[in-house]
Amino acid sequence: MRADEVTKGPVLETRGLTKEFRGFTAVDNVNLQVQEGHIHALIGPNGAGKTTVFNLLTKFLPPTRGEILYRGQPITSKKSNEIAQLGLVRSFQISAVFAHMTALENVRVALQRQLGTSFHFWKSEKTLEHLNDRALALLDEVGLREYADTLTVEMPYGRKRALEVATTLALDPSMMLLDEPTQGMGAEDVDRIVALIKRVSQGRTVLMVEHNLSVVSRLCDRITVLARGAVLAEGDYDTVSRNPLVREAYMGSEEAEEAAV
Amino acid sequence: MTTTHTTSATQLPSVVQERQRRAKLRRNMFYLVLLAMGLVAPFVAYPVFLMKILCFALFACAFNLLLGYAGLLSFGHAAFLATGGYVTGYLLASYPGLTPELGILAGTLMATLLGVLFGVLSIRRQGIYFAMVTLALAQLMFFVFVQSSFTGGEDGLHGVPRGHLFGVIDLSSNLAMYYFVFAVFVFGFAVIQRTVHSPFGQVLKAIRENEPRAVSLGYNVDAYKLLAFVLSAALAGLAGSTKTVVFQLASLTDAHWHMSGEVILMTLLGGVGTLLGPLMGAGLVVSLQHLLAQSPLGNWVSVILGIIFVVCVLSFRSGIIGELAKMYRKNFK
Repeated sequence: MRADEVTKGPVLETRGLTKEFRGFTAVDNVNLQVQEGHIHALIGPNGAGKTTVFNLLTKFLPPTRGEILYRGQPITSKKSNEIAQLGLVRSFQISAVFAHMTALENVRVALQRQLGTSFHFWKSEKTLEHLNDRALALLDEVGLREYADTLTVEMPYGRKRALEVATTLALDPSMMLLDEPTQGMGAEDVDRIVALIKRVSQGRTVLMVEHNLSVVSRLCDRITVLARGAVLAEGDYDTVSRNPLVREAYMGSEEAEEAAV
Repeated sequence: MTTTHTTSATQLPSVVQERQRRAKLRRNMFYLVLLAMGLVAPFVAYPVFLMKILCFALFACAFNLLLGYAGLLSFGHAAFLATGGYVTGYLLASYPGLTPELGILAGTLMATLLGVLFGVLSIRRQGIYFAMVTLALAQLMFFVFVQSSFTGGEDGLHGVPRGHLFGVIDLSSNLAMYYFVFAVFVFGFAVIQRTVHSPFGQVLKAIRENEPRAVSLGYNVDAYKLLAFVLSAALAGLAGSTKTVVFQLASLTDAHWHMSGEVILMTLLGGVGTLLGPLMGAGLVVSLQHLLAQSPLGNWVSVILGIIFVVCVLSFRSGIIGELAKMYRKNFK
């Protein structure tokens, strides 16, 4: 555990973040603080509003009320793509790859943004080839080197999720938001992704939504439990798992999951 | 940042490179054959008929850039075809000193500007809403064309002079006209081919494959879609302008929503998202219209085209070229 949280300020902070859908409050006055360098988990029963929080943080949904601060600067009014440009890059619950592009092209399309030629429709795509080395190195990093030339649609599910991580890393983000990175995976793939997240989180901050509590206990420095859109508890794994409120709202499903794993 | 990793990563495997090189060679050969066919075609078939096909093929190619490569279904592309046609027709008819290429340039520019306007108003809408907004705007333009005096209203513009290309080459000869139209088509086709295979084309592809992911990578997807829309409008305008010079007329037929529908039919029939599909589709539709008009079934043209459309959508959705490409991949790879 990296427990030097007192010295560093929060990278990402929300104040009174609220989202209402026609009278239904999906996210209710959430105050979240993610510390620099942490792997921070957002857990909670189904429908607790975890993914909605993600969508609010990355502005895929506009918040009804509240404020979002990134490194102390308000980003509440920024657009999704501008937030990504600040270095706050998210993944999605279902694997988000460009299916009919090769693994290499998937990574390269993320790399090419920094070139500033992405509107140049008169240039040949050969001008992107000097990014291939960097793209291959990133694929190497997630163990996908031999898939470089494979169309993503033909890759196994677990590999697609790894490719997503490589694509995200291409942006060199200072903070990664991972939405259920191990969802729908077999035990072997889960172990691989956990190791991968641990490795790529060096020097970065990670906020992740995760159902699999064994993953959370292995990876995360801090945990926020959401229930019915509100924060129920916060702390490290031991603190949270001993909290009777959390046990009541959530741990039933943990036992079920532990039985399954 | 790049240099630190180059040592650990080598180039793509040479087998792959070799395969890519061969595929490229085959593709270039294929285009050369097509080019040669285009050059001898006017000695085999009636040039005016061929020019009609080429104009519509360019129109369909422009439409395909938007639908096939940006995933946007516009139901208002007739507006750009007609704007190009009317502006070119009006200028060439009113200013006898104006050479045809300048008239075409002006028509294309006007269509481009209209593309910017339409695009800004519609691009943020998705799917059916985008189609409806473009349709509504095109209908608005139809009304403008009917009411304006410069378009000749219901009568349209007639007797637009073909003039002398660059003030030198007399375009009243169908053969000279054909080669000019062919050159315009090749230019438009090359622009599309390059756009698809450009850094911009890569982003466009990514957006079409997974828009939220493209956003999360930091791309302002609306701006990319807008550029695709404007390029498509410009090329549709170029097709309309050229068509006006060929047939020496501009009429409301080009502005009617039927035309927006017809270009969808051509593109889908030939194969959406394939480079050659629109050419094939336009050739087929124009030929059919031509043949049927001379046969006793003349009044049934729209019914027959409608049936073909239904059959196409129900049984070979990727279009003729799309299906051929699939067959080729299955049997020769």
